[in-house]
Amino acid sequence: MSPRPHLHPGLVLLVALGGAAGTLARYGLNTAVPARDGWPLATLIVNLAGAFLLGLLLEVLVRAGNETSRLRMVRLGLGTGVLGGFTTFSTFALEVEQLLAGGSAAVAAGYFAASLLGGVLACLAGVAFAGRRRQIRSGNGPRDGNGR
Amino acid sequence: MILVLIAAAGGAGAAARFVVDGLIRARWSTVFPAATVFINVTGSLLLGVLTGAATAGALPAPALAAAGVGFCGGCTTFSTAMVETVRLAQGGDHRRAVLNALGTGVLTVAAVLGGLAVARLVF
Repeated sequence: MSPRPHLHPGLVLLVALGGAAGTLARYGLNTAVPARDGWPLATLIVNLAGAFLLGLLLEVLVRAGNETSRLRMVRLGLGTGVLGGFTTFSTFALEVEQLLAGGSAAVAAGYFAASLLGGVLACLAGVAFAGRRRQIRSGNGPRDGNGR
Repeated sequence: MILVLIAAAGGAGAAARFVVDGLIRARWSTVFPAATVFINVTGSLLLGVLTGAATAGALPAPALAAAGVGFCGGCTTFSTAMVETVRLAQGGDHRRAVLNALGTGVLTVAAVLGGLAVARLVF
């Protein structure tokens, strides 16, 4: 495997394709979900869901052991590409600024805290979910899937 | 048509993030995820400039959608910043974890403000 994947044209293209798909999904959600009581709900949903899914994906891949070139393509395409393009920090920051400029300091503070605190918790939940799934599948969990 | 532009710009943004992140990591290897912070702050600065330009009438709405929603949105990433925060915390480095999450939040908002100010001066 190439030691510098970021300079490998095929992998850069893979990230670009994933990023295009993730960006479209974010745009679609943004058009479909209106703000509620001033809260930019669409971006909040996108960022929390993306943090959960990336935590889940990367934990599953870490637990899979040594990274083969196929697993690296999964990580770069789905993680760096799709989920990286799906979530956004710049829109979040612009929305906080617009809430502040519009005199909604309380909503701005709430949105800021909900995004960051919620993002960390969602990511942790994704990591924990990956661990639980693995335990259940290998029969070491609280239940082995056969009810025993 | 606008969907194609937004998708293409989002893909370009994600690819730019991947390359810049790799270049920064290859040169400076630090415990603190500085590459992601740098990408999120510069992407927010650019979104501030673009939004300011559109407000001043210097940038048509479809161009703002493609460059702002597409490129800046695809370039910056919330999910990676959260994973890096969780990894710092899991490694016992709670101070850096809080600094990363809170610092990126504060710096990106400041960067948007800076970008808007630049746009007011230029346009």
